[in-house]
Amino acid sequence: MSILTGTYRLKVGLAEMLKGGVIMDVTNAEQAKIAEEAGAVAVMALERVPADIRKEGGVARMADPEKVIEIMEAVTIPVMAKVRIGHFVEAQILEELGVDFIDESEVLTPADEEHHIDKHPFKVPFVCGARDLGEALRRIAEGAAMIRTKGEAGTGNVVEAVRHMRKIMSQIKRITTLREEELMKEAKALGAPLELVKYVHDHGKLPVPNFAAGGIATPADAALMMQLGAESVFVGSGIFKSSDPRKMARAIVEAVAYYDNPRVLARISKGLGEAMRGLDVSKMKEEELLQTRGW
Amino acid sequence: MRIGILAIQGDMDLHHRKLRMIGISPLLVKTEEELKRVDGLVLPGGESTTISKILERYGLRESLKKRIEEGMPVLATCAGIIILAKKFDKDEPEVKSLGLLDVKLQRNAYGRQRESFEGPVRLKINDVEKTITGIFIRAPKIIEVGKSVEELGWYESDPVLVRQGNILAMTFHPELVDEDNSIHEFFVKMVEEKGGRNV
Repeated sequence: MSILTGTYRLKVGLAEMLKGGVIMDVTNAEQAKIAEEAGAVAVMALERVPADIRKEGGVARMADPEKVIEIMEAVTIPVMAKVRIGHFVEAQILEELGVDFIDESEVLTPADEEHHIDKHPFKVPFVCGARDLGEALRRIAEGAAMIRTKGEAGTGNVVEAVRHMRKIMSQIKRITTLREEELMKEAKALGAPLELVKYVHDHGKLPVPNFAAGGIATPADAALMMQLGAESVFVGSGIFKSSDPRKMARAIVEAVAYYDNPRVLARISKGLGEAMRGLDVSKMKEEELLQTRGW
Repeated sequence: MRIGILAIQGDMDLHHRKLRMIGISPLLVKTEEELKRVDGLVLPGGESTTISKILERYGLRESLKKRIEEGMPVLATCAGIIILAKKFDKDEPEVKSLGLLDVKLQRNAYGRQRESFEGPVRLKINDVEKTITGIFIRAPKIIEVGKSVEELGWYESDPVLVRQGNILAMTFHPELVDEDNSIHEFFVKMVEEKGGRNV
């Protein structure tokens, strides 16, 4: 028996280890420490949180490697980092740095409007965003080891993440009710490989963990996503744009662990100070949306 | 007999699936009341920092420690062995372990995710020897083993599966491997021998 690295089983395995946890966006070593102390299962190393990317505009790219290394050295938990959609060289650089998970993310400005990264050749696992089941299965076919809802990052508004999670969950449920011979038509309609549609039909779930992201700002938001079927939660701007990040971080960690226990949720939601301010997504212009990036 | 899985954070779904494969329907344990109802407990893989913090904040740390000291069988994988370990190679301020298993661990000893690997693990359980695939994900390494600890599995020359009385602990993830159930089966026997009631 030989020794193998970078297998699909190892990639999905790490995603499984992150279930029931919170992955927090951080922009420096100090924030990374706060996240780890609060009980985050991983941190996402960034130069700017999505709310600031949205405000400042310009081209958003992979973080400076120096920043990523600073964060990797500060904590013992896994460190993720984002690359632009389709920018496989940014991904090669992050893999070289030793990042544990790569997020091919619509929060950054896409580098390729037609192609996502072929994620199979990498030893490091990838997470990708999705708004519906077809998109999720296309990313999995390209090698993603974890799917997250896109939501609408940097808004502090959970409405889009809810929409995407509900859509994916109801599409999964519907597929389980189909007859075998109906799956090819479904695969064609979804724009997804038949074998993955078959997997969903047989197992009633995605072949990789399914997490929530995009607009989660409070413990209640996090628990809502878990009750809707998310297996973990990414919190971007929601922690370090709140008035008391330590408290908010800790409360969201506990909310994900006890998402089905209203008594705990009521207790930890008290006295958290102000959550991030938030934006009304329905009043945003189409070109301001991040979720429409990628397909 | 009722086997529980500590379901605070981690790969509890995989242990759940594995136990169902061998005819056990496990209970997910998140509270003291649930802990009281089980005869044996799985501590899954996950993030040891997260799990140990929630155990502490939700008053589960002491009750779990007491149950294990009283003899409740536990199966611990990866983060689970970190939660149980007595010693570490260096200060680990973010992990408050229970200090029950007499081993010294080095966390993330093989490197980062890029270095996570699948490799042969040689098992010797009840004098039966076999080799299975060990899945090591950002795994710790056992660098010292106390006198009361028996080695049951090795990767190269490192002990990776150990037993100390009612504790069965390993640095890899048998719950991720479909081809072999021997470790979970052995654990179920430990619970049965301990007089786990058949429910």
